[in-house]
Amino acid sequence: MKLIIAIIQPHKLEVVKRELEAVGVNLMTVTNVLGQGRQKGHTEIYRGAKEAGGLLNKVRLDIVVNEDFAEPTIKAITKGAHTGDVGDGKIFVVNLAECIRISSGERGGGAIG
Amino acid sequence: MNSGDTAWVLMSTALVLLMTMPGLAFFYGGLVRRKNVLSILMQCFIILCVISLQWVLFGYSLAFGPDFHGLIGNLNWAGLNGVGALPNKDYAATIPHSVFMVFQMMFAVITPALIIGAYAERVKFPAFLLFTILWATFVYDPLAHWVWGTGGWLKNLGALDFAGGMVVHVSSGISALVLALLLGKRVGLNHGPIRPHNLPFAVLGGALLWFGWFGFNAGSALAADGSAANAFITTNTATAAAGLTWALIEWWQNGTPTILGTVTGAVAGLVAITPACGFVNPMNALFIGIMVSVVCYLAVAVIKGKLGYDDSLDAFGVHGVGGTVGTIATGLFAEKAVNAGGANGLLFGNAHQLVVQSLSLLATVTFAVIMTFIIFKIVDALIGMRVEEKNEIVGLDLTQQSEAAYTVIE
Repeated sequence: MKLIIAIIQPHKLEVVKRELEAVGVNLMTVTNVLGQGRQKGHTEIYRGAKEAGGLLNKVRLDIVVNEDFAEPTIKAITKGAHTGDVGDGKIFVVNLAECIRISSGERGGGAIG
Repeated sequence: MNSGDTAWVLMSTALVLLMTMPGLAFFYGGLVRRKNVLSILMQCFIILCVISLQWVLFGYSLAFGPDFHGLIGNLNWAGLNGVGALPNKDYAATIPHSVFMVFQMMFAVITPALIIGAYAERVKFPAFLLFTILWATFVYDPLAHWVWGTGGWLKNLGALDFAGGMVVHVSSGISALVLALLLGKRVGLNHGPIRPHNLPFAVLGGALLWFGWFGFNAGSALAADGSAANAFITTNTATAAAGLTWALIEWWQNGTPTILGTVTGAVAGLVAITPACGFVNPMNALFIGIMVSVVCYLAVAVIKGKLGYDDSLDAFGVHGVGGTVGTIATGLFAEKAVNAGGANGLLFGNAHQLVVQSLSLLATVTFAVIMTFIIFKIVDALIGMRVEEKNEIVGLDLTQQSEAAYTVIE
């Protein structure tokens, strides 16, 4: 089992979701996050006070998949979120120790889908 | 001079100001995405600043000043020269001329602000500003003169527009459509509808519009009299009928009524009753309210989707279409029994009025379309109307104003 964490541009969420659905991945958790990477932040001004390099809005996807789905998931996210510019985001893949379905108590790979 | 009339028109002036800011600003601001809400508030606020100045410097004189061939006022009243405490008998005999001027100022302010609904979320701030000043000067001021100015050719023709159905709503609404077509769709619209970021804001703004509209319509009587009372009641009745009708249509079509739909219907009702409010009786106002909601619902929920233009917040669908319905309805339902200074409509035996209303509508639409097209092309050539794609994606608040409406983390 893998936990796939993707940090992407907010406006790419819909495209990524469609790409994931196309490879059969329908379950995900989505959160708004702030972050900074190689892409420069914005300058914000409040009554004359400047704040340079403010953190940027990003969207984080948390997706748990069985081994077979890991590579298609990564490809789908990459395809959907790619523009070629800095700021497109990152994908992190983590080995997952356990997954438990709360409603039934079922454990392991069967509890994912 | 009448102190009651003067007090009412001054009060109405403040009510109409409230329609632009915060009414329209929050109505539109709630409907855009969170990254663009400040751009809407800023556009409304700066229009209030800029057009207030344009009006006292030369706008009022162009619209209401001494007539030049029925087309526009001359500049004799520029800088409010001669516009003082003495009444102008042609416009309002019982209030100071300056009070009439400042009341009309708030109409000049809100009209270009209504167009924001069509180009929301995708124009450069400097381009927006230049467009607004040119549009107010070369579209609004002449149109106001045609319909309301002494010597204006549509006024002489007998066109009825009590509070601005044509001058304010049709002109801004049709110009909005032209801009939506010329600008193209917002980035990301193809992936599904763009959702409003704060519906409570939209409801608050819509409710303030209703409140302020009493000044807009009943204030247009320019007196605290029976005509103002009739306009007040027809305005409220049409709005209530339109809001309820929209909710019922949604209930029937989608299974549930929505608050956004109900508010949208109410605004459509306000728009439609605007030209008619001083000329029709309350029962016909009720009917106008029902009629406009049906037509605007079709325009917004059915036709817009089929034709595929991106009128972001339905400035055309509500103001253009609603203003058209109201202008025609005035030609149908106007009656001299309500307002001896008006005329009878088709249903009261005077088909001629319907012809005059239709002709005036056609003139307004044609003029606004051509002028908006020209002004767009000029501004687009000088500055570029639309923001770069990457700025549109990041949002206008950060890229046009360097500020953000909401924090994610303190």
